[in-house]
Amino acid sequence: MSNRSNSSIPTDNEVILGILNNSDVVLKRLYLAYFPMVLQLIINNNGSADDAKDIYQEAIIVLYNKVKSGNFELSSKLKTYIYSVSRRLWLKRLTQMNRYGGDLKDFEEHLPVEEADHEQHADRDLQFGKMQAALSQLGEPCKTIMEDFYIHNRSMQEICERFGYTNADNAKTQKYKCLQRLKKLFFQQN
Amino acid sequence: MSDNRLLEQIDRYVNGQMSGEELANFEQLRKDNPAIDSQVSEHRNFLGALKHYSERLDLESRLNAIHEEIDVHTLQDELMEKPSWIVSLWRHHHSKISVAASIAIFAVLITLMFTGGFKKHDTAYVELKKEIASVRVSTLLLNEQSHKIKKQISSSSNGNKIVNPGKFSGTGFALTANGYLVTNYHVVKDADSVYVQNVNGDAYHAKVIYTEPAQDIAFLQINDASFKSLGSVPYNFKRAKSDLGEEVFTVGYPADVIAFSEGALTSPAGFNGDSSAYELSILARPGNSGGPLLDNKGNLIGIISGKQTSYEGISFAKKSSYLLKAIQNIPSDSLAKPLNLNTRNTLAGLSRPQQIKKLRNYVFMVKVYN
Repeated sequence: MSNRSNSSIPTDNEVILGILNNSDVVLKRLYLAYFPMVLQLIINNNGSADDAKDIYQEAIIVLYNKVKSGNFELSSKLKTYIYSVSRRLWLKRLTQMNRYGGDLKDFEEHLPVEEADHEQHADRDLQFGKMQAALSQLGEPCKTIMEDFYIHNRSMQEICERFGYTNADNAKTQKYKCLQRLKKLFFQQN
Repeated sequence: MSDNRLLEQIDRYVNGQMSGEELANFEQLRKDNPAIDSQVSEHRNFLGALKHYSERLDLESRLNAIHEEIDVHTLQDELMEKPSWIVSLWRHHHSKISVAASIAIFAVLITLMFTGGFKKHDTAYVELKKEIASVRVSTLLLNEQSHKIKKQISSSSNGNKIVNPGKFSGTGFALTANGYLVTNYHVVKDADSVYVQNVNGDAYHAKVIYTEPAQDIAFLQINDASFKSLGSVPYNFKRAKSDLGEEVFTVGYPADVIAFSEGALTSPAGFNGDSSAYELSILARPGNSGGPLLDNKGNLIGIISGKQTSYEGISFAKKSSYLLKAIQNIPSDSLAKPLNLNTRNTLAGLSRPQQIKKLRNYVFMVKVYN
């Protein structure tokens, strides 16, 4: 991959194909292409560079989930979509922080984000938070076993070796014990 | 233990790890037992959430890795609220703008200097306030409104008695013994009739024979039957420029009686750098306009013409060389009698009171009716 195509702004179709193929190169080009736009939006509207990073990454995650779920239809330019999503997220964040002055300084054209999309994302965000909380409450070794198995996709064999289980059955028993507890912690938060 | 067993079954079922008889049995169990059925969908949701969680963690770590490569600080500086195009223009090009502005200001100043814009519109050039603050003043013409003049009826036996005090008055002085006088153009401007009154209060009718408005010079001729010769003029007219610091004086009629005032020549250029005039540290008052300006030796070096309103004690006088030029411009048919300037100076060496005693007979109050 040449340096030029590495840093150039990818076409909208390239991005969608790249996301579907989990392409790191496209992700990077996408990220670099539109970060300044979102940074500009945030820092000129009461936010910091770190806020910009959070909001931008969240917007990319929204895009990712939407593309991955297969029902993504780009009705505008991708740039406008990312700007609109970031704008919506930042508005929400400002309102939560009581820092919203009633007016955002805009730098790009933007479209209203569909409420359904936004709710879906908020819902996923909530689930994510719950899972994070559940995992943090889960003690060791369960936490590591769960993370190894479900997040790092390690095989039962590897997990056996790491934790020194003498046979796979023991490991399996342990895994289901942990899974049971994690589920309990997860659903308890409702 | 049976909980774990059930969970394992559900887990394997949801993950599609069951097959054959086991799968059939489990599906039967699910159908028969709604509690198990709901547990299955709950587990499916849970695994979905777990999957999303891990995907998101993965994506976030990838994004963070990319983010590390961005120089956020520099970007931030670039993107931070560009104040306005005019400010950024200034930031980027201020040296060029400064040079351009200097040239523009210079050009404007030069243009104004040549077109005389300072005199007529100086207050309009607000932008130049600082640069030309010192010259943003206006001259005050020294002719006096007549209502301020108290009529003083002459007790003299010869000459006309003037009952009407006239509307304006200024000062004028003799050029020759035969009745040619000079004063400021602005004194006699728009005049219907002009009278001149000498130190004894004798008034004579005079007519304006020639004016040079640009130089603010007007020539009068006494054409009154009662007028006799003045006698030879005691001062001569200096052609050369006088030097800075020279002590100078004038006599004139700021009031109904003649008044003396003295000072020094403070600048070779008058108001707004007018090179045809001197700047003087003489306290001139309204009515002094048109008076003679003489140096110590009794040379006539100028005609008092105005003063600066913004500073006390600064006045201006038209240089005598311009007076001499104007005399040459008088059309010969305007001259009923010869106009021969005196070249002999009889004031030199006299004390100031003696000089004035001689001089005052040649200085007149100019009264204007219109």
